[in-house]
Amino acid sequence: MAYSARAPRPSSKSKRLNIPLIWLGSSLPLVVLVLRAITSELTANPIEFISQFTGWWTLVFLMLTLSVTPIRALFNMPLVFPLRRTLGLITFFYSLVHFLSWLVLDQYFDWTEILLDLMDRPFIYFGFTAFVGLLILAITSINRAKVIIGPMRWIWLHKSVYIVAILGVIHFFILVKRDITEPLIFASVLFLLLGYRILVFIRKKRKLRIK
Amino acid sequence: MFAHQRSLLERCSSRDDDGCRGGGASLASLVIPKSAVESREASKFPVPLDAKKSKFSSDEEQTSYSDVTRYNNFYEFGTGKEDPFEQAHRLKTDEWKIQVIGEVNRPKTFDIDDLLRLAPIEERIYRLRCVEAWSMVIPWAGFPLSKLLNVVQPTGNARFVEFVSLHDPEQMPGQKSPVLDWPYTEGLRIDEAMNPLALLTVGLYGEILPNQNGAPVRIVVPWKYGFKSAKSIVTIRVTERQPNSSWNLTNPKEYGFYSNVNPNVSHPRWSQRRERRIGEFLKRDTLMFNGYSEWVADLYADLDLTKYF
Repeated sequence: MAYSARAPRPSSKSKRLNIPLIWLGSSLPLVVLVLRAITSELTANPIEFISQFTGWWTLVFLMLTLSVTPIRALFNMPLVFPLRRTLGLITFFYSLVHFLSWLVLDQYFDWTEILLDLMDRPFIYFGFTAFVGLLILAITSINRAKVIIGPMRWIWLHKSVYIVAILGVIHFFILVKRDITEPLIFASVLFLLLGYRILVFIRKKRKLRIK
Repeated sequence: MFAHQRSLLERCSSRDDDGCRGGGASLASLVIPKSAVESREASKFPVPLDAKKSKFSSDEEQTSYSDVTRYNNFYEFGTGKEDPFEQAHRLKTDEWKIQVIGEVNRPKTFDIDDLLRLAPIEERIYRLRCVEAWSMVIPWAGFPLSKLLNVVQPTGNARFVEFVSLHDPEQMPGQKSPVLDWPYTEGLRIDEAMNPLALLTVGLYGEILPNQNGAPVRIVVPWKYGFKSAKSIVTIRVTERQPNSSWNLTNPKEYGFYSNVNPNVSHPRWSQRRERRIGEFLKRDTLMFNGYSEWVADLYADLDLTKYF
């Protein structure tokens, strides 16, 4: 896979992504949510709305994060490389709001109920596990962590984002009552994104064998 | 007509609790788009409403008119909660006919005027518990389903009642998607249908039923999960064999024929122990038979409710 050291670096200073601008743009959904809250447009069931809204955007940013590597390779755009960490952190940020909406708004720190929830509702433990995964990835996303853990182990650790993505999509799939259109769209996108990596992996193996 | 509306208003203002939140037009007009407010004013109730408080009515705070009419599961208009509010204007309810057929001695087709004259329309303030673990308190208007069934006289073979909703993708765009087997069907055992709580419903909040709430005629079965209460009914069929119900056909492991509200029997994917009352922050405990045990528990005395969920 075209990660790490072999990755081509942005060649000139002129073409650089404006990371703060990315953060600003990515916060738009949250701004929309706050505006809707202010104008009482969170439907009759605001807690459910906030949960679904932040969950949906977590998945969107997760898919965008996983798109960086294929886009960089397929369109030869080394420019987008720094986006991987930025989008990953934004994903974590939305998942945190999503998690807190469950912990604070839905359960209101009722630990007994939270425990029962984890046992009763399969989609909760899929989501919870995915969140813990994102939390670990976010903490270890700083440069120092790479040094402490060791670069190779760090790369492997961060490949667990694939598992997080699968868990996240399952989480969405099994919570909907009947209309699986949206979970199906996320599953298809994830299938393409992971499928691409599998293809790259297989090709690399073949090349090695030929040598 | 006008006098009737006034009496309803007086009734509201005389209550101790703030039970008529939805009647407060000032709040409603802020939240509901103007078109909806206008259509609301147009939907005056055509016959007198029996204003005396029913012994079956709840004293709890009523869910606001705005929430009752904007947050609906009515997949005929889309699977989003606000889809029915946005799409239900396509439904044409004038010239509506409802046929009552099957194991009856006197099959008959009724129009809405026939129904309104069939029995006094009374107000019933019921809890509504959705299978998705949220709930509302809604002042319905209607009369017991048993009164309609008595008119058509069920035969000795009558054991079940099936309800069939309108099937017309032009009026109900959600039916263009195969999300459920259309038309929507639901069913009750005949003794359930004859229970005085089972309400043939034509209105809410003292007004004609808004389209998104199942106009022009629906049933309300308050001790069962909301989806059992079929909306926009065109056929009531009395049968000998247990009829199909849409959700049961879709996923029999998750949605049983009975679907009585039961905090002790979980949905396979989530708990039914608690519910969020719309408008409240903290969840509340779900009650057995949605709090209607007093009138319905006997119906299930011999039934294993974990098996027949």
